[in-house]
Amino acid sequence: MDKFIQLTLTGMTNGAILALVALGFVLIYKASDVINFAQGDFLMVGAYLAYAFIVQFGIIWPIGLLLTMAAAVVLGIVVERFILRPMIGEPIISVIMVTIGLSSVLRAVVSAIWGTTGRAFPSFLPDTPLNIAGAIIPADRLIALALVMVLLGMFMFFFRFSKEGIAMRATADDQQAALSMGISVKSVFAMAWSISAAVAALAGVIVANIVELNGAALAGFGLRVFPVVILGGMDSIPGAILGGLIIGLLEVYTAGYTSPSLGLASVVPFIVLILILMVKPYGLFGEIRIERV
Amino acid sequence: MLSLNNIEVIYNDVILVLKGMSLEVPQGKIVALLGSNGAGKSTTLKAVSGLLKPEDGEVTDGSITFEGEDIHHLDAADIVRRGIFQVMEGRRVFEHLDVEQNLLAGSYTRSDRGQIKADIEAVYTYFPRLKERRRQESGYLSGGEQQMLAIGRAMMAKPKLIMLDEPSLGLAPLLVRDIFDIITRINKEQGTTILLVEQNARLALDAADYAYIMENGRIVLAGDPQQLKDNADVREFYLGLNEVGTRKSYRDVKHYKRRKRWLS
Repeated sequence: MDKFIQLTLTGMTNGAILALVALGFVLIYKASDVINFAQGDFLMVGAYLAYAFIVQFGIIWPIGLLLTMAAAVVLGIVVERFILRPMIGEPIISVIMVTIGLSSVLRAVVSAIWGTTGRAFPSFLPDTPLNIAGAIIPADRLIALALVMVLLGMFMFFFRFSKEGIAMRATADDQQAALSMGISVKSVFAMAWSISAAVAALAGVIVANIVELNGAALAGFGLRVFPVVILGGMDSIPGAILGGLIIGLLEVYTAGYTSPSLGLASVVPFIVLILILMVKPYGLFGEIRIERV
Repeated sequence: MLSLNNIEVIYNDVILVLKGMSLEVPQGKIVALLGSNGAGKSTTLKAVSGLLKPEDGEVTDGSITFEGEDIHHLDAADIVRRGIFQVMEGRRVFEHLDVEQNLLAGSYTRSDRGQIKADIEAVYTYFPRLKERRRQESGYLSGGEQQMLAIGRAMMAKPKLIMLDEPSLGLAPLLVRDIFDIITRINKEQGTTILLVEQNARLALDAADYAYIMENGRIVLAGDPQQLKDNADVREFYLGLNEVGTRKSYRDVKHYKRRKRWLS
């Protein structure tokens, strides 16, 4: 039983972080129909920026973190304005290639500045182990979990009730009709990219804080987002959250209950993914294309 | 209030769609713009509302003025802020948003946030059906309900001028009656000026205070609705009324000539 609780808590923290990264991905896809292969690299850039501000420039961490988020917002806007906007109206495959290119560029820039070896990240969250119902879990993971939950809640609220959130969803549904409401589609795209980059940067800092600062590992985290969003539905915020938790838990349970030599942990999530897609082809919460007859 | 002066619209730098189109919409009236498929009715509306750009269209000549100010260089958002709202052809509701969120999207450009709740209720008094379905995803509404939502959404922006592009498209005749009744009510009760594009000439002429008929990118006939209803060409080509009993043979020849003159 202890083991089960231990695994559940670990899985939930992993899943929550996955959900956070997936959220950024969903945001961009929802608003502008772009599949952003550079999402993981936003994570990496965020973590390295935080490292630069906090360790290399010696800024105290709350302010360092805010600066990181601000820099990520700027990065998001720059990427949208100069890389994605000229691609509006181009075939979807070209847009995807551009985001893959962006991913390589970001990776190269980071390794040119900070090198490729891993570094210790300043642990600003306390990692004292806590004992919860017999399971031992470091405090930083629980704080990360709580932080992610709060953020996710804020997003749900944003999309349901705020004027800008509704405008973003309206744009995702029908760009021209949104334009006829007086909604500026350009600023909606810029907003999607900047929020997404900021969320990714925050996720990057959390991951780096728990593991270490390592470019390749952080960027690779972005790839793990794909099963999550496909499972939850590419355009669904609740789907991203639930998908993240499911994949996170599945990975940890498989790793915990099967022999590591089988290497099942990274396979089982995909098997479940296929099974779910057979029943629900748009993912658990994906928006079904509504056809009126 | 709105006046189009000799405007010319070109798509993709080559296709000339409007060729010297002029039109006048006076304050507080309902003006109908009739014409067959491809005459340029929708293009005219898009030229006014600034929605040509995403379709690679461009106003290359002439002027569009609204309340005395030139608006044809403004972008769509500014034009909505000035008080012109286009209800696009084919309803175009935001399918994955519920009814109330669609209405909120319509109020996007408003700055008096406090008023909005009351305005949503006001829309519901015109369309009680929408109130019953306020929490339903609008993609699942019936065609008539979607058209009601599209008009309600326009009301939420508190525009001075609503431009309706074929509100009768694809709706049952009984529903079309309802929609037109509500359009005239909005005009009378809210004082909103309306520019109505329609293929259903009979209904549009009944509702309008003044009507234009366009063919091939320009206005070919204008007048008050009664005058147009009495015009022989309009009766034949738009209302489908023929003189019964006349012999076919010679009439067909004349018909061809008249039709040709009409279209060129």
